Amino acid sequence: MSWALIGMGVLGAPLLGGLLFGIDRKVTARLQGRKGPPIVQPFYDVIKLLAKDSTYTNRRQVFYLYSHLLWMLVALVILLTRQDFLVFVFALTFSEVSLALAGFATKSPYSHVGSNREMLQILASEPVLVFMAFALYLATGSFLTGGVFLIDEPLLFSYPLLFLAVLLVLTILMRKSPFDISSSAHAHQELVRGISTEFSGKYLALLEIAHWVELIIILVIVFLFWANPWWAGVLLALGAYFLELLIDNTYARLKLGSMIRTTWAWGFGLSLVNILYFTL
Amino acid sequence: MNLVRLAQAKSPWVLHYDASSCNGCDIETVACLTPLYDIERFGAVSIGSPKHADMLLVTGNVNHKSKRVLRNIYDQMTEPKVVVAIGICATSSGVFHQSYNVLGGADQAVPVDVYISGCPPRPEAIIDAIIMGVEKLKKKWKEEEEHPVKRSNQGSDTERSTADVG
Repeated sequence: MSWALIGMGVLGAPLLGGLLFGIDRKVTARLQGRKGPPIVQPFYDVIKLLAKDSTYTNRRQVFYLYSHLLWMLVALVILLTRQDFLVFVFALTFSEVSLALAGFATKSPYSHVGSNREMLQILASEPVLVFMAFALYLATGSFLTGGVFLIDEPLLFSYPLLFLAVLLVLTILMRKSPFDISSSAHAHQELVRGISTEFSGKYLALLEIAHWVELIIILVIVFLFWANPWWAGVLLALGAYFLELLIDNTYARLKLGSMIRTTWAWGFGLSLVNILYFTL
Repeated sequence: MNLVRLAQAKSPWVLHYDASSCNGCDIETVACLTPLYDIERFGAVSIGSPKHADMLLVTGNVNHKSKRVLRNIYDQMTEPKVVVAIGICATSSGVFHQSYNVLGGADQAVPVDVYISGCPPRPEAIIDAIIMGVEKLKKKWKEEEEHPVKRSNQGSDTERSTADVG
């Protein structure tokens, strides 16, 4: 994989992610019977944030925010270069834990509550991704993501229950109701502003851009379930994205306990059944 | 440069603070977020943290307690920022003017840029006020760029001592 392609991926993913976020807000607005912001609104927001005054309470916070974006980009590159899926999961976890640490780095209690919730979200969502790595190994014989392009049958056909579990966990990763417990998208209320309470200016812009990259990473995870032919995977990813939008507008936010119970019971359960079917 | 100017005008993030209001103005302000009036089409989002906000919407009179809080919130907001006083109580304390605990309108605590009177003002008037606020914000962005001011304890990229106590 040439450096030029990696560069294109790293620059293109935030742009595409931002556009998808804009479409998200527009479609949400239309579903709610209002006009909504223009599709390029996220770009306006980030450009404005980059120009605004940036304050921070201590330098650790800044370090962890840069770390969050950096590890998110590393995870993206691992996926784009079709490398080891387990390493990708670890990079993604590093990124999310960095965000939680950025919230813990300040003394604001609102920030701490947001970070606690973020850690519990990670607890709820990571197991299913690890199960997906197992499924990848069982289907292709290695943890390399590239294997998914070489098998005859799409991953979706052998692992439909795992796909359902991933859809469940998608809601957590995309920060959508009913599982947008920590620092959800705009126009959803938080305790002050949850994890990002003490971020401002260009550091908040970093967080926004990391969210865009995270969206692309999540859609690539769905894409992997039907990677061959590639347009089927893209359709699957976009279908999952719009399904999440619909779910977001239909459900209210659940409590933390409910989220963990649901994802561990159903997420674990469905994935385990699917994996055991192939190993027993 | 034009793109940056455009982005700044199209993304006013709004923080709403009730300083001892009867909640009439608050209800009308929040109504602006509902599908019928929808300020999100202007890019305005009701944001929770003052550090993220561009515009402070104040409703209600200012008394001694809310003066401290209002000043604290205003100080935490990052430059450039605009304050909009919504309703006659925030403008000039209206009928409560001679009450013993009322200090006056919002301008007793923070410098106000846009006043909109009414009891309560209609959501259309509030949207108008926000747009006026955006115009003022555009002017402040321009001034900020032409004459960047070095502030002592709330400057850009300086460590804030107010939030990290001890």
